[in-house]
Amino acid sequence: MKESPMTTADDRAAPAEKRSPLAWLRYARDEQSHLFLLVLMMALPALLIDPRTWLVLTISGLAMGAMVFLMASGMTLTFGLMSVLNLAHGAFISLGAFAGGTVLAFWLKDYTQAASLAVNLLALVPAMLFAMLVAGGVGLVFERFVIKPVYGDHLKQILVTVGGSIILMQLIEVVWGPNEIPINRPEAFSGAFVFSDGIPLIGGIVLEKFRLMAVVLGLAVYALMLWVIDRTRIGILIRAGVENREMVEIQGYRIHLLFLGVFVAGSALAGLGGVLWGMYKELLTPHMGDEMMISVIVVIILGGLGSIRGCFYGAVLVGLVNLYVGFLEPRLAAIATVGLMVGVLMWRPQGLLPVIKV
Amino acid sequence: MLSRLLSGDFPRSRPLVILLMVIVTLLALGPFLFSGVRAFATLGMILVFIMVVASYDLMLGYTHIVSFAHTMFFGIGAYGVAMGIEAFGSSFTSIFLGLAAALIVSGLLSLLLGLLSLRVKAIFFALVTLAVAFAFLSLVTQMYHITGGEDGMRVRVPRELGPAFRPFEEPLTGFAIAGFLQGLFTQPWNLGQIFSDSVFEVRFTGRTVMYYVLFTVTTLVFLFLLRLVNSPFGRVLQAIRENEFRAEALGYRTVIYRTTVVILSALIATVAGATFALVNRYVNPENVLNFELMVFILLMCVIGGMGTLYGAIVGVALFLLAQNYLQDVLKWIGEYTQGIPVLEELAAPDRWLLWFGVLFVLSVYFFPSGIVGQFRIWAARRRLRVSESAQERTTAPAN
Amino acid sequence: MADSILSLTGVRADIDQYHILHGVDLEVPRGELTVLLGRNGAGKSTTLRTIMGLTTLTGGDIRYQGGSIAGLPTPKIARSGIAFVPETMGVFGLLSVRENLVLAAVNGPIDEARLQWVFELFPPLKTFWHRPAGNLSGGQKQMLAIARAIIEPRDLLLVDEPTKGLAPAIINDLADAFEQLKAHQVSVLLVEQNFNFSRRLGQSVAVMNDGAVVHAGPMAELADDESLQQELLGLGLGAHQ
Repeated sequence: MKESPMTTADDRAAPAEKRSPLAWLRYARDEQSHLFLLVLMMALPALLIDPRTWLVLTISGLAMGAMVFLMASGMTLTFGLMSVLNLAHGAFISLGAFAGGTVLAFWLKDYTQAASLAVNLLALVPAMLFAMLVAGGVGLVFERFVIKPVYGDHLKQILVTVGGSIILMQLIEVVWGPNEIPINRPEAFSGAFVFSDGIPLIGGIVLEKFRLMAVVLGLAVYALMLWVIDRTRIGILIRAGVENREMVEIQGYRIHLLFLGVFVAGSALAGLGGVLWGMYKELLTPHMGDEMMISVIVVIILGGLGSIRGCFYGAVLVGLVNLYVGFLEPRLAAIATVGLMVGVLMWRPQGLLPVIKV
Repeated sequence: MLSRLLSGDFPRSRPLVILLMVIVTLLALGPFLFSGVRAFATLGMILVFIMVVASYDLMLGYTHIVSFAHTMFFGIGAYGVAMGIEAFGSSFTSIFLGLAAALIVSGLLSLLLGLLSLRVKAIFFALVTLAVAFAFLSLVTQMYHITGGEDGMRVRVPRELGPAFRPFEEPLTGFAIAGFLQGLFTQPWNLGQIFSDSVFEVRFTGRTVMYYVLFTVTTLVFLFLLRLVNSPFGRVLQAIRENEFRAEALGYRTVIYRTTVVILSALIATVAGATFALVNRYVNPENVLNFELMVFILLMCVIGGMGTLYGAIVGVALFLLAQNYLQDVLKWIGEYTQGIPVLEELAAPDRWLLWFGVLFVLSVYFFPSGIVGQFRIWAARRRLRVSESAQERTTAPAN
Repeated sequence: MADSILSLTGVRADIDQYHILHGVDLEVPRGELTVLLGRNGAGKSTTLRTIMGLTTLTGGDIRYQGGSIAGLPTPKIARSGIAFVPETMGVFGLLSVRENLVLAAVNGPIDEARLQWVFELFPPLKTFWHRPAGNLSGGQKQMLAIARAIIEPRDLLLVDEPTKGLAPAIINDLADAFEQLKAHQVSVLLVEQNFNFSRRLGQSVAVMNDGAVVHAGPMAELADDESLQQELLGLGLGAHQ
């Protein structure tokens, strides 16, 4: 059969005819499953909860989602690009929390107690940067000495990163002690916006300032990551490496440097997520990173390994589920999260927006 | 006969045989060789966890399935018995009822997990088991009225298994071997005194009965596992482990084998959990469902030697000894590092886990076969060298 | 006789526990297109992969532009001026055509003039510039794969069976592209099964069997000698299309 050079294999039909609502729903469910699920997740509780509470819960859920996104994005990218499963990721979350927390609670404590937003930022920004620096720095050492020797061997990776996690957590206890350390949110970010009862619709709602900040920050980082991945050369390299590592080397790139960079960036992001989470809970405990690992794992499986977009939607879903179920039936919050994951897996075994076919 | 008993799976290394025999003897004669409560408790835990780790080795070492849900099944067994006794009073019937219920629940859950592994690949599976185990832990902690929540449940064992029961009228003598050896090395001139000091009267109570019940169960379970992995079933597992695709091509439904392994492993862990409840007499989320415990199981399996089953015996014994007595060693080191800032912290007794973690990571890199595996490698090399030199001697004149 | 841009001497290579190459001796003349022929399983693809450092060398030496590249990491070999187009093409399906070429241009932004030249050789690449490379047909992917290899000047191209599975019209386009490359003094080592394609383009030829080169010489010599073809390749090469 003669093959014309102008034909393509792309036969995604343009939706020429008008779809019936049912067909449209089916389209949404199949092609845009992440959005479909998200809307469903937000709509169902709206039927069970009064609108004002729903709004507060949704914002809080988005805030939690933003923080979990930061923590999880590093892990999904590391797995997608390097095929490395780093179960020590939780330790980096804790590290970031403690490092940043130290800045906030001890070194720059005075700045956090001032009322001015600008002064607060003078404490907050260094805290976040320090958290990322420490987590990223330890990540660099960790990659070289712990992970690199076991590239390609998933079993050994699991073992070695679990061991590494134990060591890191113990070292945290050595440096900071085994006790909980309370930290305070900077003045400008503590407290909430209260809408007076008089305002229609949203009157009486209390929106915590910190949570709003977390949502904004999370969205900003997401946008930044998407920009890097979609529009920069590094992003192209990452996407290519995720698809075919060997071919990237053939093109002439030292892919190990890329791996290292992604790993360090992922660890730094985990650290950032950690310090935000520490401020959210206003308490630092050595095991806080591990506690979040369950949510992180659910998120990366839900979203699809290697996918930043999937990770974001997964994180938002997890955050929302946690808050909604936490309000309706607190004892079932953890199970609901895991149940969501199992449910999605049954429906979409690769996750919502998979990049890698595992 | 020994070959039949061990299903032909010998330790294959003389130092290993000695080590195993020492451990087994100490376990078998435990109540008669150790007088302290702490030692008795440690021995009991070793027996319980030999079952847990050996069943985990069946999954991890023999079938290369990584699961983080093993503690969940352990906990189901422990809570099953605890709840059975709570509901029906402390009798053997309620123990068996609790155990039966636990086995059914474990069986169903492990079947579901096995089927889930159909849909998702290995890495996903490991993470999913982690999440499921966490959900279960959360459930148990939340359901205060049934499980006692974080406070846990006391297990009122039947009288025959409790401290008040005395099966033997006459006193039984024991010989405190640890104290004897210590005395032997520190005061060898005082042998007579040390000897008579080491003799003690054994308090043989229902708890000792329970200990020997446990010992019997552990032995039976271990021999069963040995038989299993050396049977045709075990050989298919090896085939799947080495090349799953080829095993499928040969006609073996690998899914069935893997699911069977997951279920069997879970059921054994459940039985181990039941014995734990009866020996420890107290069950709470932290001592049966904790993620840290899961990590310990992994550590014990790997350090002992994956895919050897004997590794479970060595790994558990070593680990529990370390957990209990390494702190003492660190305390002793601590006396020398007093005052030195960083070293002082690193040598603190609470940091035993840090050093164990370091040991674990190093062993994964340098001794990936674990203790048992490494012994066997050395023994095999020695045998090879011996046979090679024998061959040289016989073939040399021909040249 | 032109000097060699690439020489292999006694090259041995293994894949896992299998010995694939048993001492390959090969000279690739500078500025010419050399065809590497041989039965399936003779070791042709492995030879290319060993040159690129993807398969470990267990013996012998590989010299490129006078210096040894044996044992060097693949990215370094690539950067020294060798481009490799594997049998599987290795096109990044999730990236657009543009992004594939941006990636291939390791030394900086794509040179406009060179890009226009590539578009003249392979018009479909311009049409599908922003579309995911995975949407291209087989022939178009092959064009992209070769375009990637030439988007920046390279001294040596290693190409593995570019015409496999392609329709005659596309094959013609590819042949034109190679003719132009030859005119630009690019050295090419081409593994091919399609004899007409090889005979049209090849100046030198080397034939492999069982992991070693069993014949090497000018293409004309082999092309005119049917009995030699029969002996080396098992059938008259006229049988290949």
